[in-house]
Amino acid sequence: MDNRVVITGMGVVSPNGVGLENFSHAIKNGISGIKHQQLLSDLKFSCQIAGLPDVPPALAAQYFTPLELRNFNSTGILYGVIAGLDAWQDAGLKINETDEPFWDYGMVFGAGTSGIDRFREAIYTIDKLEIRRLGSTVVAQTMNSGVSAYLSGKIGLGNQISTNSSACCTGTESLLTAYERIKTGQATVILAGATSDSGPYIWGGFDGMKVCTYKHNDTPARGSRPMSATASGFVPGSGAGAFVVESLKHAKARGAKIYAEILGGHANSGGQRGAGTMTAPNSTAVQRCIVKALENADVEANDIDTINGHLTATGMDALEIKNWTIALNRKGSDFPDINALKGMTGHCLTASGSIECVASVLQIHQDFLFPNVNCEDLNPAITELIDAEKIPQVMKSKKINTLIKASFGFGDVNACIILKKYNP
Amino acid sequence: MSNEEIINKLKPIITTYAPVSDALDNLNEESDFIKDLNINSANLVDIILDVEEEFGITIDNTSMEKMLTVSASIEVIKEKLSEK
Repeated sequence: MDNRVVITGMGVVSPNGVGLENFSHAIKNGISGIKHQQLLSDLKFSCQIAGLPDVPPALAAQYFTPLELRNFNSTGILYGVIAGLDAWQDAGLKINETDEPFWDYGMVFGAGTSGIDRFREAIYTIDKLEIRRLGSTVVAQTMNSGVSAYLSGKIGLGNQISTNSSACCTGTESLLTAYERIKTGQATVILAGATSDSGPYIWGGFDGMKVCTYKHNDTPARGSRPMSATASGFVPGSGAGAFVVESLKHAKARGAKIYAEILGGHANSGGQRGAGTMTAPNSTAVQRCIVKALENADVEANDIDTINGHLTATGMDALEIKNWTIALNRKGSDFPDINALKGMTGHCLTASGSIECVASVLQIHQDFLFPNVNCEDLNPAITELIDAEKIPQVMKSKKINTLIKASFGFGDVNACIILKKYNP
Repeated sequence: MSNEEIINKLKPIITTYAPVSDALDNLNEESDFIKDLNINSANLVDIILDVEEEFGITIDNTSMEKMLTVSASIEVIKEKLSEK
């Protein structure tokens, strides 16, 4: 007998708000977290704006011991641990104070890189022939699973502890993986989520590919323009989002608050065949991922009332909308409402799916649609496919029953998840 | 440098890595870093790096392996100081 799976806790470290309350306020009010970054300017980046979460040292000190913070230089682990511990506390779960691990509680927390700044320091130390002065903290901070290792140890988890990685699908995939593990009874609680390092050494590769906008260095809040006719490339971001995913039975037994139910989803790849490449999606695979997600969740396309898109603010946005219209077989005024968070946060890369799923679940739980920002000039290729009113530009009150969220990533990978308002 | 002077310089270094305990309050020559002070073995290398910096010495791999107690550390530090 499959378990029903629910979300009972969340945490978020986003460029436009750290903590659920700040983040919720920001997304309802269309507040941007994108700012000019002097460091990027000094390093002669084309795109000198980015979404950087505000985590002052005093906040970090609430989550890490002074010893842990010594020689600590891993923003991904910093953001992931804050979001993860916040989610755990939000769910009303306890830190394990015993010697017995929580055998039925595990973790799937994604990352693309870990401690890239710490890694850079280590490389310089080694190249200066000073390896004997490296110390003990490089591995834990730079192994890709560092975030899972830090978090699981702080809580005392004893089920599977893993870090998934699938480019910009990572966050959505982690939630899906957690769902599957609980559905099949292999765990009762999984801390899911994803994090992304910040800074020039993570964003530089994208700047080098010329996929980031260089047109808004003086107007950062206007720079990330999903679905706009003047979208000119994505704005890099960073942060983390986290979820406590739990069997309904376990959640009810302990009287937990329930944010939403996970109905199912799907992950696949276009195989870099057809139109699919390392960096471009195979639309057949995107559509198939959405259709398979509906099948897996046993949901009809007509039941979907809200879409949270991937929508990065590049030339691909219109293609994404086209893929949604084909996969759902809905267009024009029959298309569901759709919104894109990246207008406010930039593209938080590995963490994007998690941060956007937090926004999606908040919408379901609090009955609202956050506004799409920076698309007052909607791309005509999009309004040919769907009615402009399906892309709300002011916050709307709305009771959302069934929301679908997709993320797409380099390597031609896709992940799609379906979330529902909890109905006992 | 006397043993007492060395212990006084070691104490703040060790305090960084050791959890709060009676053994730490009563740090003495007999204190064992792992058994008595509960220091994570991975941090022993960090203690040695801090000792090198504090005393202006270089500690070779063979000497490092000996530094599991305060008394053994004092011995290594004295030896390296005398070689300066």
